[in-house]
Order: sequence, then structure tokens, then C-alpha cells
Amino acid sequence: MRSVLSTILRGSGLGAVAFVVFGPITNLALWAFAVQWYFPYKLPVVWGFKYWYEVFKPRSDAWESLTTSVLIALFTVAACLVLAVPAGYAIARGRLPWRGGILLAFLLPQAIPSIAVYFNVARIFYGVGLNGTIAGVVLVHTVHGLVFAVWIAAAAFAAVDRELELAARNVGASALRSFLTVTLPLAAPGIMASAIFVFLESLDEFTGTYFVGVPDVTTLPLLMFTASVAGNYQIAAITALILLVPSVGFMLFIERFLKADVLAKVGG
Amino acid sequence: MRESRLAMFLLVLPALAVVLALFVYPLAMSVVSSVTDKTGATTLDNFAKAWELYREDVIFTLLIVCVSTAFIGALSAGIGGYLVLGESRRAIAALRWLYRWPLFIPFIVAAQCMRTFLAKNGLMNNAFDTIGLIDVQNAVGFLDWRGIIVTFVWKQTPFVALIVAGAMASLDRSTIEAARNLGASRIRILLEIVLPQVSSAMIVGLTLSFVTMLSVLSVPIMISGGAPTMITVDMAFRINAYSDYGVANALGLISYAMTAIAAWVYLRSNAAKRGMA
Repeated sequence: MRSVLSTILRGSGLGAVAFVVFGPITNLALWAFAVQWYFPYKLPVVWGFKYWYEVFKPRSDAWESLTTSVLIALFTVAACLVLAVPAGYAIARGRLPWRGGILLAFLLPQAIPSIAVYFNVARIFYGVGLNGTIAGVVLVHTVHGLVFAVWIAAAAFAAVDRELELAARNVGASALRSFLTVTLPLAAPGIMASAIFVFLESLDEFTGTYFVGVPDVTTLPLLMFTASVAGNYQIAAITALILLVPSVGFMLFIERFLKADVLAKVGG
Repeated sequence: MRESRLAMFLLVLPALAVVLALFVYPLAMSVVSSVTDKTGATTLDNFAKAWELYREDVIFTLLIVCVSTAFIGALSAGIGGYLVLGESRRAIAALRWLYRWPLFIPFIVAAQCMRTFLAKNGLMNNAFDTIGLIDVQNAVGFLDWRGIIVTFVWKQTPFVALIVAGAMASLDRSTIEAARNLGASRIRILLEIVLPQVSSAMIVGLTLSFVTMLSVLSVPIMISGGAPTMITVDMAFRINAYSDYGVANALGLISYAMTAIAAWVYLRSNAAKRGMA
């Protein structure tokens, strides 16, 4: 009797958690397929793909901002990797002067509320003509992404066995060659994880783009925001679902890229 | 073989330069701008004006962020605790699968989800109406301060729970088993044995969440447009409507000060732990 009761309790508890977690997402999905939905109906009155055609018709705003978003995210990943791979290697391997201070500097963008920093960056960019340009937005996203990129890269390099590098050097490989053929391939899964992280952060970033990108750069989050504030819930919901695809995909595959031995060294 | 310190520093330099130029410099700029008037003289007028116009919002922001942090802490302790101490393997697996979902959902998407879910005729009220809990005709929406808290808690709890559950999983099980053999209840084991040992992981997670919530612009704008609102919205308004960098930066400094309080709590708890050891 007692076990039946506890099973019921457990089941309803999990049901409540499922409702809290999936309820909001379900409501969003319902809006994406609602052609007409008004009070007091609990479900959409007319269902359909009408707004999907509108969002995905050729040369629509959504295609344009999706292209812009992906382009910005790819440039951001490239910039972050170019900066973070050497930095992460030096932090993991070298006897770096002021190591603590340098690590702290890379942590700052996560440790301080960044909104005031963003509009001051916008003010600087306004003076040098970077406001409203792709390059300006990429720079802002790069600073934000560097935190993850540098810390994860440093952890990935720290997890590579140093003896292997030394062995390569002993048989005559140059420092650069041993790095490119031994260290980098071994650290690749961790670097890949940081690249995915930076890509997603850039794709989802709103506040920085809001200040620096206006009026010419419209990314997907900005398009979603505009649609939502204008009360166009279907367009907002469909755009939000597009943004969810890479995020959920990453969640399902995260364990493949981020190995436990790398995770254990983050921040070390 | 010994890499030279200079070579290592040169490898870090480009990344460091980007952070200094595009984060530390504008950060310093916001501090200077907050105490400078239009003629360039040093003044505290911006703070006086910010306090006069947005006093309520400052208090409101601090309350929202603190209440959200408290809820996030309690819920992630509960989730982590169930994952470690739960008796049904199947329920643990189900919870582990369930709780992570909001983690990777962008804030702006979370805000849009909640904007529909918590509305007067949103899915939440409709579901409660269907099971007979409320009557949706007389129901109220939650798109105000409550909506902001719900959205923050929904989005940030998985993040802190992930950190806390990780710390709990690496605890020594023997003390837990010993307490269980002595007949201690699960709640008591969680509060008296498990939580004290993972408090530093919990505080790291909560501090990061606290800062994140102070930086998010989309959630307060989309959930609750009206007054009182969070100072992030006020900053955006000062910039977009008046190009008033002085007052906006004064509000920015107030948000740094709130972070400093969080950092102080974090450091103090660390010091207390070292004192104990």
C-alpha cells in the first residue's frame, strides 16, 4: 500500500516538473502552428502552416536575418579560435607571468553585468564607423565568447599528456610541428566543444547586437524580438523555434564533445 | 626544454588585447562617464538624477534578482538532492533527463515562451482551468514582476542544479549511508550532510546566475513593459530616447555595485570555509 502511494506521489511530482519544463515550450510550439487563436479558446481555432510560408518565402526578412546570424556566428567562432588557441595553450603549458590576473581578465565579461559595457562599446564604435556593421557585431560577440573559448581551450590542452609532446620534440620535430601534429589533434574534441559553445552564444546573443547592430544588422534574435513586441506571436514563435534547433541539438550531443577529463580541468 | 616566458606572454597577448580594448576600456569609460557632466566637469548629478527617476526600479531590480536567486538555490538543492538521495532509479533517470532542458534555451526564446505561457489566457491558466483549479474568465495573467522571476528561475535553475548535482555526485557516499543506517530522514541528510559539503559549488553557481540576471535586457522588456521595471530596461531607454549616457552609466554603476555585493558574499563564504579548515 505504501509503495503504491509513493509511486503515485513520485509520478505526479515528475508530471509537475514535466509541465513546468515543457509547458512554456509547448505554448510556443502551439503558436507556431496557429493561424487563428483568440480568447476564450484554449487551443488554436485554425491550425496551419500559413505563417511558415510567410517566414520561409524567398527573400523574406527571416532568411536574411538567419543568413546574417550564421555569418556573424561563423566569423565569431573563427576570431575566437584564432585568439583562444594560442592563449589557451600558453595558459595550460607555459610559465606565464601574471597568470592569475590574465585568467581573471578573461573571466571579467562573465563576472560583470555587461549591459552598460555594451552601450559604451556602441558609443566607441559610433566614432569609428563600426556601429551597424557585421564587423562591429562580430567583435562584440568575440569578447563575450572568449571567456568560454580560452577557458575550455586551456582545459583541453592541460588534458593532453605532456610526455607525448616531449617525445615528438626528442625525435626532432620543431615546436610548431609537434604542436600541430601531436597536441592540437589530441585537444581537438575540447576545442570543438568550445567552438560549438561560441557559435551558440553568438547565435543567441541579444543585448550586444541590440546596441551595436542597430539599425542595419538584424540577427534572428532581433527579428524575434521585433515580431514579439509588435504582437506578431506566430512569426515570433517560428523564429524562436529556429533558434531552438541548434541549442537542443547541442544539448543532445554535448557529452560526445565535452569529455569528463576536460570538464574536470576547466578553471584549473 | 623550457619555453620562454616572453613567448608565452606573446601567445596570450592578442586575446588579452581584445578583452582590454573591448571590455575593460568601455567599462572604465562607463565609470568615468557616470561622474562627468556634459561640460566635462566631475559631478554626482547623474547619480542624483538616476536615484530620483529610477529609485523604485533600483529596489525592484535588487528584489527580483535576490528572490530569483533564493528560488534557484532552493530548487537546485532539491533537484540535486533527489538525484543523489532518491530511491527510485527510474524517477532519478526521468528527472535527470527533464530538468536540463531550459539550460540551452536562449533567454530571448525563454522570454517569448513565458510571454505566451503566463498570459491571462496562456497555457498555464488554461491547463489549471481544464482540471478545475481556477476559472480562466476571472483569472489574472502573471506578466509582471512575478513573470520575470518565473522566467529567471526557469532558465537559471538547470544551470545551478547541474553544477550542484555534479558536486554532490563526487561526495563521499559513506557518511550519507551511515546517516541513513542511523535512521536519518532524507530531508535531514540533504540539509545537514550533503548541502554543507557542496556550498561552495552552490555559491559559485548562484553568483554567476545573479550577474547574468542583472545583464539580461530581453526578459524584463518582453515580460513586463510597465513600471516598475528592471534597471536594464531603464538604461536602454536613457540611451535610445535621450542619448543620456551620464544617467545610463550611473545606473550601470549601480548594477556593478550589486554585483560587488554578490562577489563580497562569495568571498566571505570562501574565507569562512578557510577559517573552518
